[in-house]
Amino acid sequence: MTTKVGVIVFPGSNCEQDVVEALETVGATAKLLWHKDTDLGDVDAVVLPGGFAHGDYLRTGAMARFSPIMDLVAKFAYQGGAVVGICNGFQILTEAKLLPGALYKNKGLKFLCQPSSLRVASSNSVLTGHLAEGTYLRIPINHFEGNYLCSPQTLHELQENNSIVLTYVDNPNGSVADIAGICNKSGNVVGLMPHPERAAHWLLGSTDGARLLKGLLSCG
Amino acid sequence: MMVKLHRSLGLTDEEAESIKGILGRRPNDLELAMYAVMWSEHCSYKSSRLHLKKLPSESDWVLVGPGENAGVVDIGDGIAAALRIESHNHPSAIEPYQGAATGVGGIIRDIFTMGARPIALLDALSFGPIDDLRSRWIADGVIAGISGYGNAVGVPTVGGETVFDDTYVGNPLVNVMCVGLMPSERLVLGRASGEGNLAVLLGASTGRDGIGGVSVLASASFENDQDLQAQKRPSVQVGDPFEEKRLIEACLALLDAGLVVGIQDLGGAGLTCATSETASRGGMGMDVDVAAVPRREEGMEPFEVMTSESQERMLAIVEPDLLEEVLAICERWDVQAAVVGRVTAGGLLRVRDGMNGTVLAELPAASLHEDAPTYARPISAPEGWPLVDSGSVDLDLNSAGASAADVGADLLSLLANSSWVYRQYDHMLFCNTVIGPGADATLLRLKHPDSGIDTGRGLALTVDGNHRWCAVDPQAGTAMIVAESVLNLACVGARPLALVNCLNFGNPENPEIMWQFSEAVDGLAEAANAFGVPVVGGNVSLYNESQGHNINPSPVVGLLGAVDSLGAIPPGLVWREGDRVVLLGSGKPNLIGSLWATKAVSDARAQEAFSKGRLAELDYEQHLRVVDLVRKLVVGGLVSAVHDVSSGGLGVALAEMAATSEVGFTGARVHDRVQLFGEAPSRVVVAVKPEMLGEVEAAAASAVVTLTRIGLVTGQRFSIKGLLDLDLAAVVAAWNEPPFAGVTTPAGAAKVKPTEPGTGNASNTGPESDIG
Repeated sequence: MTTKVGVIVFPGSNCEQDVVEALETVGATAKLLWHKDTDLGDVDAVVLPGGFAHGDYLRTGAMARFSPIMDLVAKFAYQGGAVVGICNGFQILTEAKLLPGALYKNKGLKFLCQPSSLRVASSNSVLTGHLAEGTYLRIPINHFEGNYLCSPQTLHELQENNSIVLTYVDNPNGSVADIAGICNKSGNVVGLMPHPERAAHWLLGSTDGARLLKGLLSCG
Repeated sequence: MMVKLHRSLGLTDEEAESIKGILGRRPNDLELAMYAVMWSEHCSYKSSRLHLKKLPSESDWVLVGPGENAGVVDIGDGIAAALRIESHNHPSAIEPYQGAATGVGGIIRDIFTMGARPIALLDALSFGPIDDLRSRWIADGVIAGISGYGNAVGVPTVGGETVFDDTYVGNPLVNVMCVGLMPSERLVLGRASGEGNLAVLLGASTGRDGIGGVSVLASASFENDQDLQAQKRPSVQVGDPFEEKRLIEACLALLDAGLVVGIQDLGGAGLTCATSETASRGGMGMDVDVAAVPRREEGMEPFEVMTSESQERMLAIVEPDLLEEVLAICERWDVQAAVVGRVTAGGLLRVRDGMNGTVLAELPAASLHEDAPTYARPISAPEGWPLVDSGSVDLDLNSAGASAADVGADLLSLLANSSWVYRQYDHMLFCNTVIGPGADATLLRLKHPDSGIDTGRGLALTVDGNHRWCAVDPQAGTAMIVAESVLNLACVGARPLALVNCLNFGNPENPEIMWQFSEAVDGLAEAANAFGVPVVGGNVSLYNESQGHNINPSPVVGLLGAVDSLGAIPPGLVWREGDRVVLLGSGKPNLIGSLWATKAVSDARAQEAFSKGRLAELDYEQHLRVVDLVRKLVVGGLVSAVHDVSSGGLGVALAEMAATSEVGFTGARVHDRVQLFGEAPSRVVVAVKPEMLGEVEAAAASAVVTLTRIGLVTGQRFSIKGLLDLDLAAVVAAWNEPPFAGVTTPAGAAKVKPTEPGTGNASNTGPESDIG
């Protein structure tokens, strides 16, 4: 059965079409959901795409967590539904407390748009269940606030629960423990800073992002 | 006293008289203010219009030529591309972040005004030397502004160039080009038609920011006094990318639904320009209710509302019975919408207090555009023109170099990698970027703007300038820029379809500056004709003068091209161990106006000698043969790497390829600095697998293009027999060395006196590089 993915559009989101295109490339079907929608429909998974939801004013993701659809997303997540936040989506998930920690300005205090080498650090998530730990992926990053920060206690829990999903090979932004992506304890909620949709076509130089997104096909 | 009001608004006495003639009476203050902004150099092109007529603008595939918000060309598959380039030099000199940010915002509006979704930005940036604190502050602010606005508004910055040179101290250039795509049938023009239709103002509220920006900032030179510059700061607008993002989505939704008759962005001269332009283009008039304009602050005067340049605003012309649907779409995107006017017959623009209230201003809408003065400003060639032949330069090149006899040191001083600039820009959004910034040209996948279906074709873009060539010879230099751009497109397998230009010059009241301008337009016209590329839009920025110093003539050319079939990722700069390296083209290189002469030469007499003379000759037929051959080699997959020989000559081209690939080079047949650093058009370095060499040589022979074997890709050294021998690591390090560590605003930056132009040590000015 085809996996149906809802991709949420906030005012200021800008990667939604790219995510839809990449999901369709790997064989899922995707539809856009509006941040004021009152029903997720019959989706098997939800993606919060990158961009600048509500302009990222105040703080990245700080306003988006109050968008009406976020209550539905939280409920879906608590019921075990797959929720993936990419870049700004990751920032929103931390603001919404669906994932621990926060994303802080890059250590160099500059926006960074560049390729990055990643290592799959855990297969314990809905995105990486099909990939062996230690698999290397080349997927671009594109953020100003991607420097993952959390308390020592939280870091300990992430490590204990095998919830660090992706790490950077060359940490570009100062993230604690080279973290590029994490998941919740049960692995159904994942946040990552790199943009898998930007590495999903051979003309873009890497299709490792498509490999990653294929993880969602198990939700269908 | 209002006697001299027109002068303080930037109008001459003659212009004031002419306004009196048009109206048949003395204008009131509001009317005078409206004429002042519309007849400013920035809006009226009064000094340049006569010259711009020389540019060829027609072709079968041109749908909209110059004069509209953007040029539009048919690029096949039912897709039309809108493109435009615009400068935001003066605002960026005063408030770098906001100046650059609003430059990006303004050019994006020009594109979606036509009905196209903006998909790419490119910027040509020029700053004073990096070791000048104020120039560095400006550069850092401009780059941050483009990054902050462009990334958040959701349009990728896919290419551009960054130049550092003494000539731009106190007067940076910020030229931004935007390209958008639309289904051909959705083309919209900024016209108001249908008496009784409503003018709906969309987007941000109107504030006091940017009042008179076009006349105060963009159309006058900078005085000595830094405090005066600080006083002008309120004339710089403030950008809000989130507002613009919602505005893009709302406007494209309105156009998709066919709910508007015409649409126009509000840029320079604000409401005055948008209302009069839409009305006069449609042969209509308009009543504008100034009281209905949503405002950001209390107590604004009508003239402030009519001339404010508050950003992120659009004017839509709507049939009354569709208004409700328009408002509903705007509400979905949280975009403010207010009916501020209605289309009238008779051609008069009336500003009223209340839709049927007191008339505050009444003037023929078309007179703001069509009756603007046109000046045939005096032109005079500089003393000693035409110039002597470059052969007469007689200098010991070894003693002229930065390090006596050390060619390698000269080469290292010319290398610069711009990735520190472009990695601050999102250049991958929309997943189209096959070749991004840092290459000869940008290459994007071409997807249908509506269905998203990949056409299997490519869209190639480039933006390029060269002030050094143009300072030596504005006509030949400009033609060479166009030639180089065409060759850049060929390096990614594309052929050119349309050209836009941004002409940055000094004070037009100086006859020598007007001569430079006129010559540059001649060069542009000549090259555009020779290559069969229509000029579909342009922008002129004059008065680029700071403290009595005019910038070098700086025309910037943007090209759009297409790749017919994108079957593979084009080769790019990366060569591989064992590749043979050949030079295509027979142009005779010349050090006059070269990067080497400006950056590596410390001797003042030598610098002077190399700043005058004849540029290497551009032979159009030869150039086209090289272009066709390169395109064929790239598309045919016959070469492993390809790089245009440009600023810095053959040496820099080879070193850039070696540094990017991290594989060395051993060469011969390059004997001296002239051959290594000299610049000439129509030359390309190509790396070829040994087994392909024969085929490439045969292709060059049948194309009648000279091919010279110059070396081998190998090992960890960069050496040319008898000339230089460098450790590859040193080349890579020089290439990657950041121009400066993290930049902070110097304390009291606005008060820091810039270095006097011309006194900076040229060897310290830092290298420059193309990133597009």
